[in-house]
Amino acid sequence: MPEEQYQRLQQRSAADVRELWDLLDAVKDPEVPALSIWDLGILRDIQRHKEQVVVTITPTYSGCPAMDNISTDVVSLLNANGYSDVTVKLVLSPAWSSEWMSAEGRKKLREYGIAPPEDAELDEDGLTPDAHAACPHCSSRNTRRVSEFGSTACKALFQCDDCGEPFDYFKKI
Amino acid sequence: MSDQIKQAIQEYATRLGDDSVVLGHRISEWVSYGPFLEEDIAYGNVSLDYIGRARMFYTYAAELADDGRDEDDFAYMRNDREYRNLLLMELPKGDFAYSQVRQLFADVYYTLMLPELLQSKDETLSAIAAKAIKETKYHLRRSRDWVLRLGDGTEESHKRTQKALDQLWGYTHELFDMDETEQLLADAGIGVDVSRLRDSWLKMVSDILTEATLTVPEDSWAVRGGRVGYHTENLGHMLTEMQIVHRSHPGCKW
Repeated sequence: MPEEQYQRLQQRSAADVRELWDLLDAVKDPEVPALSIWDLGILRDIQRHKEQVVVTITPTYSGCPAMDNISTDVVSLLNANGYSDVTVKLVLSPAWSSEWMSAEGRKKLREYGIAPPEDAELDEDGLTPDAHAACPHCSSRNTRRVSEFGSTACKALFQCDDCGEPFDYFKKI
Repeated sequence: MSDQIKQAIQEYATRLGDDSVVLGHRISEWVSYGPFLEEDIAYGNVSLDYIGRARMFYTYAAELADDGRDEDDFAYMRNDREYRNLLLMELPKGDFAYSQVRQLFADVYYTLMLPELLQSKDETLSAIAAKAIKETKYHLRRSRDWVLRLGDGTEESHKRTQKALDQLWGYTHELFDMDETEQLLADAGIGVDVSRLRDSWLKMVSDILTEATLTVPEDSWAVRGGRVGYHTENLGHMLTEMQIVHRSHPGCKW
């Protein structure tokens, strides 16, 4: 397991508000509804001081349009569960990395039809290669990149030349 | 932090926010006009990255100003003469070659400038740079690929790309200008001394242009003024479109 994921798991299991971490598993990324904000690594921290709950999140990309939605979802879910004083804090540092995505999240991503970062070998610059990401539909490596940017900035668009399906590849950043 | 430094950082964050929002808006003008669907989507994504940066810079500028304004006030409630963006960013999108050449200039610039900003003693500026660096790698690969493809493409695409280069070159000198505010911040280890980046920028851009069989233009003219609010006539028109909804319906939420 990558170091980053291990640290996140440790943080979660050592938290004194574990029930809140469990509760927030219900908050999904509106752009990738198969994944929770925990799975994606967007959820950074949860603190409770008496009645006040402070949830810390970080954007995947600078322009991620989902952050406002996610903040609203976090607040309404906690409100509905009896936590009335909720603050969502947005932090930029450390910058989000696809390494933070949970193992479970990677599996769910593939099942949803999006190839996770490790399903392609990066090129010499550490960027998305122009071919051979594993197709999440048929597992073929006979694939090629169609576009640097897919349906969102965090993904690139590929085409499988075996099953003929297009698919998104979640970029490693 | 001294008042002088604090004020300088506020101005600096505003300038960087202005660069980002203006270029981001110009890129967004390609949405639904891209040459094909994937490219259309790519433009939308790059635009969002820039607008996201602008939000971060403006939010920080607003925090330092501490006068009740927020990021939206910075973006929507200032007139063209109050904007401090580099002129290169505000030029109309032109044809596809023109936008890609401008993008290449900007992407190479940020590839060099952001790692310097990452070293800033100011934690927020450094954090914004850390996010933006990762995205810029992908932006540069795309604009580089396109300039190579267009320059070394058909006779028509080569001609248009060379024309774009010649029309835009004079706007690139301003990217490396320093004034008192930026010098103060560079000396304090907070801002970037962009004047030191020009040689590397020229080398990187020239290598790509040469590979694309294009001719690096001569330095025969230069236009400046964005950092003091002297803009081309294009910015006012752009802001009119960008700001009208916000100004027509103050405080509107949906």
